[in-house]
Order: sequence, then structure tokens, then C-alpha cells
Amino acid sequence: MRSALSKSTIYILLAIGAVFMLLPFVWMLSTSLKAPNEVMAMPPVWIPSELNWDNFTEALAVAPFDRYFVNSLIVTVISTIGELVTTILAAYAFSRINFFGKNIIFAVLLGTMMVPGEVLLIPNFVTLSNLGWIDTYQALIVPWTASVFAIFLLRQFFLGVPKELSFAAKVDGCSEFRFLWYVMVPLAKPALITVALLKIINSWNAFLWPLIVTNSQELRTLPVGLSAFTTEAGIKYELLMAASTMVVVPMLILFFIMQKYIIAGVARSGLKG
Amino acid sequence: MDVHLDQLTMQFNDTTAVDSITTTIKDGELVSLLGPSGCGKSTTLMLLSGLYKPTAGDIYFGDEKVTTMDAEKRGIGMVFQNYALYPHLSVLKNIMFPLKMQKVPKKEAIQQVMEMAKLVQIDHLLDRKPAQLSGGQQQRVAIARALVKKPKLLLLDEPLSNLDARLRLEMREEIRRIQQEVGITAVFVTHDQEEALSISDRVMLMNNGVLQQENAPQQMYRKPENIFAASFLGNPPINFLTLHKTENNTYVIQGSSQTLELPSMKWQTHEAFQMGLRPEDLYTVPEEEGLFSGEIIHMETIGRDTLIRLQLGDVTVRALVDPKSRLRVGDRCSLAIEPQEVHYFDPKTGERLRGGNDNDAQANLEKHA
Ligand SMILES: Nc1ncnc2c1ncn2[C@@H]1O[C@H](COP(=O)(O)OP(=O)(O)OP(=O)(O)O)[C@@H](O)[C@H]1O
Ligand SMILES: [Mg+2]
Repeated sequence: MRSALSKSTIYILLAIGAVFMLLPFVWMLSTSLKAPNEVMAMPPVWIPSELNWDNFTEALAVAPFDRYFVNSLIVTVISTIGELVTTILAAYAFSRINFFGKNIIFAVLLGTMMVPGEVLLIPNFVTLSNLGWIDTYQALIVPWTASVFAIFLLRQFFLGVPKELSFAAKVDGCSEFRFLWYVMVPLAKPALITVALLKIINSWNAFLWPLIVTNSQELRTLPVGLSAFTTEAGIKYELLMAASTMVVVPMLILFFIMQKYIIAGVARSGLKG
Repeated sequence: MDVHLDQLTMQFNDTTAVDSITTTIKDGELVSLLGPSGCGKSTTLMLLSGLYKPTAGDIYFGDEKVTTMDAEKRGIGMVFQNYALYPHLSVLKNIMFPLKMQKVPKKEAIQQVMEMAKLVQIDHLLDRKPAQLSGGQQQRVAIARALVKKPKLLLLDEPLSNLDARLRLEMREEIRRIQQEVGITAVFVTHDQEEALSISDRVMLMNNGVLQQENAPQQMYRKPENIFAASFLGNPPINFLTLHKTENNTYVIQGSSQTLELPSMKWQTHEAFQMGLRPEDLYTVPEEEGLFSGEIIHMETIGRDTLIRLQLGDVTVRALVDPKSRLRVGDRCSLAIEPQEVHYFDPKTGERLRGGNDNDAQANLEKHA
């Protein structure tokens, strides 16, 4: 009886939490379908009197969203692949290979996780401008092709793989690299999917960094592109929300398909990505 | 292919896991590496496989010196204690893995896998993942994977230790069958003496990294070269009595006041020696004919035999006696042994002086195991 009570309390609390999390999202969807006069109406209109699907076509015409979409795609795909490669190699080295200073280097790497990302914006910017990379794809991609969190996650996973497996693989004719590729990577697939998903979401939604390191329109990504709806005449909320909806939907679909991996990944490491 | 070890030594920081072992494993032979836990059996195997590199000494495969050759180039097959199957691959792909690494064309590879799977009788399980197999089945997969690339040498590290007693018996016969069918040279690590004695052509007995004795199984039981070999083999274990010379041919048993006379022999210049008496070689006799006597403090039935423990002074002696003899705990009992069945050892060096019996030791051992 008691546990049933406490269980229902938990569910009620979770439900309230869920409603609060969903509200902005519902608001975005509803606004994206409103006529301009309903957007700011008081009291708020939750259900548009008529569904203005035109908002979507109109929004797409405001800026070259196809270009932004391609940019977002390029940045997301390449930085995800890059991160997977660096993560796999680094995690393998930190878990399986003995080299001088290994523990110290790893401790330093972990230490960098304590530094908030915002602190790094300016040093990173300065570095990139010294490289002459400002306003290039490299600037959007390269700083994001490694993640200490991902390395840590995968290293823990690799450490759990019994040593005999690598012995067996060697006897079977595997070099170190083939063992990594044919045994470790397939074994770590769930962890790698988690890493990739978290990366894709972060990369797709990234706003501040692309905004800072790019000026030209041809390099804008979708989140940055949304600023096109902010004009001197004010913000066209219904169009902004229509465009936002289109930006968010791919991630939502991805999340629904892959949610078990995302949740498992966060739970596995005991850390938030 | 003969495998030759020359002064093979492996040092880990402060432990010498393998201490200058020299021996030759002949082509097609199954050799057991036997010894207590921590004596260096696995390390020796790892050295043979190339997964560890020795700190001194050399290994030869045939005429080729392979001491520094990496494991992946040695062309050996190995079965690990926990099988170490690839958990993400099906049985088929597990067995095929070594062939894939050799870039054998797929069709040919599958055919070889099928042959091997038939040999170890798991051809009906090829689609399963390792987690869906029983221990015995996993072991067969591990053997198939080790054999599929037709290695010149097969190494097995306690492959049976995870199986229950019955399956263990079955599987060790299986391993022997497969090994003889393929005609491969094999090294089999175990700490189970019965397993070693029953499966192998030759047993290598190790202790503290040192090779103690290598013999055909019967031979090792009959003629232990030192106290360690005598005490390690045999179940129930051999009895040791320390004898001290008093006068002429009379000796006193250390820890008791009993004396016994021994026929004169040339090594009797020794002031003291140790006498090893296997429990199954002792038998009860009337008081005056016995070698020694004592009080029965314990009795139990082991299979067809009765094991008694005799107290003489501070020493206890185990003997297997005829269950029909109407002995009871508390009785006094005299034991005798045929002179040629007594093993004599030098107590200082532990080396054999003489003795040994010629019974069918193997049969004896299995009966009492
Ligand atoms: N990698 C290692 N580093 C340090 N010492 C080791 C290492 N491997 C083994 N040893 C030591 O070497 C000795 C022999 O170990 P080994 O594993 O060969 O024993 P074993 O005969 O296989 O024992 P068991 O029957 O318990 O498997 C032990 O004292 C062990 O502690
Ligand atoms: Mg071992």
C-alpha cells in the first residue's frame, strides 16, 4: 500500500515535470500555425482558430534554409565521425596500451571537463583566428572532433573487456589495430551509438559557437539561420516558430528511434553529456 | 613439429614464474603441464604462445627460433580457461575469425568451419551467440576456433576447469580424441593430477617455476624423482615417515618411539632419510609381522576401499585397507608394505634415493581418485 502510494506520488511529480518540459514545445507548434494577430493575443491562444500551414512555406522563403540545412548536415556528420574516431583511438590507448605519463595525461584530460565551455570560447576563438580559420568550415568542425566525456565513457567500457579476449585475438592473428576494429569496436557498439547520438544532438543544436566563428551567410547553420526572423521591424514569431519546428523535427525523430541508447548512455556513465 | 624450450625463464618484478625450463615436446605428443596453483603453468603457456616474451632462454619450433616472434605470427591455436569467445559473433563467425584474419576466401573458410564444427560436434549450433551456449558447448567452440587454422601447436589452459565433474570426464576424452584425430602437438595445462595422468602422453610436473619431473604418467607415479613429485601425485596422498639411524640396521621413526629394521643397502650411509608409503600399498598384518603399528583414529569408506588413519606417536599414516577386515576406530593395527614399494628420499635435497613399485599405478590412481 505504502509503496503504491509513493509510486503514484512519483508518477504525479514526473507528470508535472513532463508538462512543464513540453509546454514550450507545444507553444512552438501552436505558434507556428497561428495567424500573425493571434501570436501576441491576450489571453494566450493555445489552439489557432485556423491552421496557417503557409507559415512554413513563407518561413522557408525568408532565408536560404536549404543551404543552412546542408551546412548543419556537413558540420554534424563530420564532427560526429571525427569524434568517434578520436574517441575510439584515445579510449583504446588509455585502456589498453602502457605509455609514459598515461595516468597523468588522463587526469589532465578529466580535469578539463571541469572547465565550463563558455570559458573556452575566447581562447578557442583566438587560436582559430591565429590559424586563419575564422569563417571556415574547419572552424565549425575541428574544435568539436574530440570529447573528453566520450573518451571517458568508452575507456570505462574498454576496461571491462576481459584481457583474454585480446590474447585470443592476437593468437588468432590480429594486430593491435585489427583487434580494436574487429573486436573492441563491435563490442562497444551500444556505447558508441550513445556517444554519436549525444554528439549529433549537440552539434545540430549548436548556436553560440557557429555564431561567433562565422560571418558569411554561406556558412550559417540552421540554429544561427533562425536569427533571420529578427528584423528591424521586430520578430515574426509565427515564421520563427515554423522554422524552429522544422529544425527540431529531425532531432525529435532521431530521439524517438534511439531513445533507449540515449538513456542507457547517460545512465551508464552516471554523468550528463 | 617438435617444440624445444631452452633454459626458458620468465621473471616478473620479484617473482620468477618460470625458472630455466629445458625440454622438448615431440611432434604429435600431448603433454600436460601439471602443478599447484601459481607454479607457472599459465606463464609457460603464454611464453609458448608468444603473448609473453621470456626474460631469458629460447623457444624453438622445429629448427626455427621463435623466442621474439609475436603471437599473431606463430601460427598456434590456444584455448583459454574462460574460453574467450567473441561475444558479439555467432559460433560460425567465432570459428571463422582466425581464417578471416588470414584472408582466406569466404567460401573456403565456411567449408573449413563446417568441417571443424563437425569434428567437435557443434555443427547444429552455428547460428548461436556464445552467451546462448552451455559451458561444454562453449569449450568445443573454443577448441574449434583454435584448430580451424590448422596450427602446428595447440595450447590449452585449464580448459575443463569450468565444467562439472561428469562433463569434465567426457570432455577430456573428447580432447584426446580430437587431438589424436588431427595429430597435433598439444600442451595441456591443468592442476588436476587425475586429468593430467589420464589424458597425456607425458606429464611435466612443475613447482615454483621449476620443472620437477617429466615422464610418462605411469612412470611419474611409480618413480617420483623427489618429495614434491611423490606428495603431489596420488589421492589419498602418500605418507612420509622420517627415519633416523640408531645402530646397525635399526631406524627410529621420527615423532614416535617405534623402530624398524631395513635390509642393508648401499645408501644406508645416510644418517636420516624419508620413506614414502602410498596408502594403497599398505596392508594390515598381525602385530609381530608389521613394519609399524598404531591406533586407528579415523575410518571412512572411499568407493570400494576403506581409508584408515593410524596414529603412531606424533605421526599419522593413511592406509587403504580391505573393507572386510573388521577394524574399528580405537583398535590397534599393524601395517606392512612390500619392500620394493617403498620410496626413499634424501630429506635434505628432497631427491629420490631409490624404491618404487611396479603395480599398475594408473589403475590404482583412478580407483582412488
Ligand atoms: N602478469 C604478471 N605479473 C606479475 N606476476 C605474474 C603475472 N602473471 C603471473 N605472475 C606470477 O607468476 C607466478 C606464476 O603464475 P601462473 O599464472 O603462471 O600460475 P599457474 O600455474 O597458471 O597458476 P593457476 O593454476 O592458479 O592458474 C605467480 O606467482 C603469479 O603471481
Ligand atoms: Mg593458470
